[in-house]
Amino acid sequence: MGKINEDLVHITDGIKYIPGASALVAPLNKVINWGRAGSIWPATFGLACCAIEMMVAGSATNDLDRFGIIFRASPRQADCLILAGTITKKMAPVVRRVYDQMPEPRYVLAMGSCACTGGVFDTYSVVQGANEFLPVDVYIPGCPPRPEALLEGLMKLQEKIMQEQGRWSQFA
Amino acid sequence: MESIRIAEDLEKHFPDSILEIQVHRGQFSAIVAQEFILEMCQFLKEKHKMNHLNCLTGVDNLTRKGKHFERFEVIYQLYSIEHRVGLRLKAQVKDSDNPCIDSITSLWTGADWLEREAFDLLGISFNNHPNLKRVLTPDDWEGHPLQKTYKLKGNTEWSGFTDLKEKFKQLSQFDFQNTHVQEGTQAND
Repeated sequence: MGKINEDLVHITDGIKYIPGASALVAPLNKVINWGRAGSIWPATFGLACCAIEMMVAGSATNDLDRFGIIFRASPRQADCLILAGTITKKMAPVVRRVYDQMPEPRYVLAMGSCACTGGVFDTYSVVQGANEFLPVDVYIPGCPPRPEALLEGLMKLQEKIMQEQGRWSQFA
Repeated sequence: MESIRIAEDLEKHFPDSILEIQVHRGQFSAIVAQEFILEMCQFLKEKHKMNHLNCLTGVDNLTRKGKHFERFEVIYQLYSIEHRVGLRLKAQVKDSDNPCIDSITSLWTGADWLEREAFDLLGISFNNHPNLKRVLTPDDWEGHPLQKTYKLKGNTEWSGFTDLKEKFKQLSQFDFQNTHVQEGTQAND
């Protein structure tokens, strides 16, 4: 047993390569989290002006594709919901329905002051923070946040995904 | 024909309804009583070719000082594309508890949603409107948000949103909690 362990090539913490077999030995958590963190697919869903900034983050200069982040036109193909803009109370049940249609694992980013706290709209019609009706993973402040801030938020989400333990109960 | 001539002609035909004619930065507006608003609009549309309804909106005059102001007014922004002149009608709605004015959807179909908006946000009813229901706030919303007596945070919470928060509370027990399985997974062997 000791002999085999010495032959394995250490790649990173907990991940080893078996020479000659083209195989890796790794904890399932790490492999799954690595796969998920490298393929965050957000639903194409904008609520207000932050969505413009989100589009800029997706286009050529900033290019979300290099993170494996590809916008999907259907929540059923998406892992991530970016709440880009003001959420009104009338819109909130619709946002929740979009979230409910997403398959597990799913993540929520609150982008901008409005989605985080309601922002300047402390009024009768605006939800005072998306956490009133959705489990938010990452909050991105700004009004609107620059594309770099959205990238930072998505990288924070990747870090968070890499910390997850045992989020694969359906096939384990 | 200039705006002032149109306003004067309107006053000639409806002498009792025109309360005042104002001019501000070259724009003419007539403060009018609510009774013959449909007839006045029809007169302007047919005789003076004011064929375009730019805008229809409402105002709550609760804190506004003015000689002829009632609690609510409805503003009609009319324009003649042919003659390139505009005229503004400010109809004073008398009953402040149950404000009610004739609909002009029979003249301009486009007034439909504009009147619905005035009804939704200010609570002004429009007689003979084909489909007078809320357009911006949800159907079961309570109150009319742009009334001066409406509180900034609303008088009551909308039932749809309290339902949603209740649903969130029930569903959040199924959310993933990253607390268990801390041992073994980080081992190097």
